[in-house]
Amino acid sequence: MALPDGLDSLVKAFSGHGIDEKSIISLLGRSRPEHRQSLRKECTEFFIEDNERGFERWDDHSIKLLKHEFMRFKNAVVLRAMHPWERDARLIREALKKGPESYGMIVEVSCTRSSEELLGARKAYHSLFDHSIEENIATQVEGSELKLLVALVSAYRYEGPKVKEDTAKSEAKILAEAMKNAEQKPIEDAELIRILSTRSKPHLKAVYKYYKDIFGKNIDEDLDDDSILKAVVQCLFTPHKYFCRVLDAALRDNAHKRTKKALTRVIVTRADTDIEEINAEYQKQYGVSLTEKIVETANGNYKDFLLTLISREN
Amino acid sequence: MSTLTVPNQVPSLSEDCEQLRKAFAGWGTNEGLIISILAHRNAAQRKLIRQTYAETYGEDLLKALDKELSNDFERVVLLWTLDPAERDAFLANEATKRWTSSNQVLMEIACTRSSNQLLQARQAYHARYKKSLEEDVAHHTTGDFRKLLLPLVTSYRYEGDEVNMTLAKSEAKILHEKISKKAYTDEDLIRILATRSKAQINATLNHYKNEFGNDINKDLKTDPKDEYLALLRATVKCLIRPERYFEKVLRLAINRQGTDEGALTRVVTTRAEIDMKVIKEEYQKRNSVPLDRAIVKDTTGDYEKILLALIGHGDA
Repeated sequence: MALPDGLDSLVKAFSGHGIDEKSIISLLGRSRPEHRQSLRKECTEFFIEDNERGFERWDDHSIKLLKHEFMRFKNAVVLRAMHPWERDARLIREALKKGPESYGMIVEVSCTRSSEELLGARKAYHSLFDHSIEENIATQVEGSELKLLVALVSAYRYEGPKVKEDTAKSEAKILAEAMKNAEQKPIEDAELIRILSTRSKPHLKAVYKYYKDIFGKNIDEDLDDDSILKAVVQCLFTPHKYFCRVLDAALRDNAHKRTKKALTRVIVTRADTDIEEINAEYQKQYGVSLTEKIVETANGNYKDFLLTLISREN
Repeated sequence: MSTLTVPNQVPSLSEDCEQLRKAFAGWGTNEGLIISILAHRNAAQRKLIRQTYAETYGEDLLKALDKELSNDFERVVLLWTLDPAERDAFLANEATKRWTSSNQVLMEIACTRSSNQLLQARQAYHARYKKSLEEDVAHHTTGDFRKLLLPLVTSYRYEGDEVNMTLAKSEAKILHEKISKKAYTDEDLIRILATRSKAQINATLNHYKNEFGNDINKDLKTDPKDEYLALLRATVKCLIRPERYFEKVLRLAINRQGTDEGALTRVVTTRAEIDMKVIKEEYQKRNSVPLDRAIVKDTTGDYEKILLALIGHGDA
C-alpha cells in the first residue's frame, strides 16, 4: 500500500502554495476505502478522530485552508487576464477593506508603477467604484499614514532623467532631519511627504545616493521592518529588494494567509515588467533562485502557472 | 458656452498660415489681421494652424509671435494660441515663480477644469518643464497654502452625478464643526473640498445651508484680511459656481485703479471656449452693464480689439 509515501505526498499536495492536482488524483482517486481510512487516522493535521463514535472527521479549519489553496490558481488566472489598471484599482480597494495590515499594497501600487500606470489605476477606480481613490483613502484610512498615502496615490511624477544634484543633496538632509525628529512622526512630516510624493524617481535615486554618502547608511536602515515608511522608501528607491522581501515572506512555511497571497500578486503584476530582475535579486539575497523556491513550495497548476510567468522563454 | 465666433467658410490652413506670415512681415505687425484669423478659430483649428505653420516655415508660430509683439496684446495671442493643456501648464508654472506667484491661479486651474483637463495640464507640464506640477507647487508653497493647494492640484475627482445624501449630511456637519472652531486648515475640511466629486460637494453645501442657515462662504468670512480664508472661499466658489467666481475676478480686474490685465487676459483666454457666455450673463446681472462695454471703457487698441473678438462682441 506504500502508505507513508502516499500520506506524505498527500499532505504535501495540500500544503504550501496551491494544490498538486495530479498527486491527489492518483492518491485519492484510485485509493480504496481502507487506504483512505488509514490516511484519515494518520493525518492528524486535517482530520480529527472522534473516538467516542468511532470515525474520523475533517477539521473545518483545514477545509477552509484547502479552499484557499484550491483558489490560488483561479485567482492567479483571473488576475493575469485582468487589465493592469483594473488590477491595481482592485488591489487598492481590497487593501482599504482589509485595513492597516494591508496598507502595504497601497504603497506597492502607488510607488512601483509608472506614472501612466498609476493614472490608469485612478481612472479604473472611477469606473469600478464611482469614487476617486483619494477620497476613499482619505475617509477610510485612520492613523498617521493617511497624508502620505493620499499624496502617494495622487502623484503624477515626471519620468525624465533630469535631476538637480544640489536639490537632491539638500533633500537628503531634509529627510534625515525629518526622521530624527522625535516630536513629530516622520511619516507626518510635511517636507518628507512632499519629497517622497512629488519628486521623480531618478531624483529620488539621487537623494538615496546622497543620503548614503553623507550619513554612511541607507535611508531605510533605521526604519521598522513593518512600517509603512520603510515600504515607501524601499518601493521608491529599491523596488526589486522590496519585492524580494515580500516574496520571501510569502514563501515561508508558516506564512499567514494574507502574506501568502503576495506570491500571486507580485508575480502576476511584475511578469511583464521586471520579474527577471526580481528573480536575480532574489538569488543574490537568498542564495537560491525564485524559480527553485517556487518549485519547492508550490504545487500543481498553480506552480506551473507561476513558473511560466517568471521564465518567459517558454 | 463658448463665445468664440468662427466663420462658416474657414479659409484653408495654408491660406491662414500665409496670411499670418504676412501679418508678421516687414516692419511692425498687422495686429488686425492676426485678430481676424486667430481670434476666430477654435482650439482644434489653432492646433492645425500651428502645425502647418511650423511645417511650412520651419519655425513655431509662437516663436514668431514672441519676436514681433509686445505686452498685453502679445500675451493674449500667446495664451490663446497655446493648446489648452499647455496654456494651463504655462499659467501654473508662472504662478509658482517668485515674481509672478499666485496661489489663486493655481487653485483656479485645479478647481475649474474637469478632471481630465487637469490631468492633461499635468501631462503638458511634464513635457514643457521636465518636472511635475505637484513638485513645483509643493516646493514653492508653504504652510497652510501648501496644505490646501497640493491636494487640489493632484486631485482626480470622480465626475459622475451620483450623490450620497447621507454623506452630504455628515460632511456638512463636519464642515460646520470645523468652521465653528475656526479650524480652517483642518485635514477633514481640506479632504472634503479636495477629494469629493463636484456633484457631491454641491449636495453637501446645499445641505450645509439648509441645516445651518448660512452659505458656507458667509461663515468663512470671519476675517476679511485673511488671505488663506479668501483662497478657501474662492475654492468653494470655483468648485460649485465657477461662472460667479470668474465674474468676480473680471469685476475686480476691470474696476481696479487701472486694469489688472493679467487677470482679464487669463479669464478671457481660458474661458472663451468654455463658459464665457454664462460668465457674461453673470457680469451683466451683477454690474448692470455688459462685459463688452466695461472692456471698451477700460482697455484700448489691439488689446481691446482682441478681447472683444474673443468674447463674441459684434463684428470685432
